[in-house]
Amino acid sequence: MATRYGILRFPGSNCEQDVMGALQALGRKADYVWHGELDISRFDALILPGGFSYGDYLRCGAIAAFAPVMQAVKEFADRGGYVMGICNGFQILTEAHLLPGALIANRALKFICEDVRLRLDSNRCAWLSDEVGSLYTIPINHNEGNFICDPHTLADLQEHDQIVLRYLDSAPNGALDDIAGICNRAGNVFGLMPHPERVSEGLGGNADGAAFFRL
Amino acid sequence: MKDFNIYVTAKAGIFDPAGAQAEGALHNLDLKMIEQVKIGKFIQLRCDDSTSLDNVRQACDKLLANPVIEDYRIEPVSED
Repeated sequence: MATRYGILRFPGSNCEQDVMGALQALGRKADYVWHGELDISRFDALILPGGFSYGDYLRCGAIAAFAPVMQAVKEFADRGGYVMGICNGFQILTEAHLLPGALIANRALKFICEDVRLRLDSNRCAWLSDEVGSLYTIPINHNEGNFICDPHTLADLQEHDQIVLRYLDSAPNGALDDIAGICNRAGNVFGLMPHPERVSEGLGGNADGAAFFRL
Repeated sequence: MKDFNIYVTAKAGIFDPAGAQAEGALHNLDLKMIEQVKIGKFIQLRCDDSTSLDNVRQACDKLLANPVIEDYRIEPVSED
């Protein structure tokens, strides 16, 4: 049966239509999920899109992590449901403790919007089926993408092969260990700072992002 | 009413880019005696009389601070 995707919408999300476009272009079925919904049982996979949920007040993603829908997302993830957080979505997943670590301000205190080269460093993540070592060129677009965690957590991520994506040319935002994306130990929950939905249709000559929407 | 002031700052070892930039600017102003600047958040809570310090700690642990990157200090405000 075809995967049915739910795209979460928080007040301040602004990439949900890009994600919808990417999924539809790939022939996927998708619906939006409002942040107040409590029943998400009709979906097989959930995507938390980029943006500035709840204005990113307090910390990026901190308020969204307590939105009514997030309890259902946690239960969905615990049951093995596929969850991907892109940019602000990644920040929400860390704030909700579905992924470890945190995302703080870019080292140079500058908003960065540019294409970056990425390397797939793990095959643990259910969202990506390419071979380890595969390369992608995908844009980042963020002010707080500097991944950080304590040494114990980093060792744990490395040991269990949870560092899914690394920046190939050293992290432009200062992220620890050049981390661009991580997954949970089970591999069903995935967070990344780059925006694959923006380069999934090949309109600009690059369709590298399509690999992220093939569950 | 009970009031609490909460100070949230970057944990030791967590880079505080805003503090580092302000520190550099102060040094440019020849205020080189200022050795370190840390920039954090100041949060004021107004609570009803039943509020315990433990309630405020819960608010900090769950939402107001992120224990992965931040420390917090709670300061009960006396009424006088």
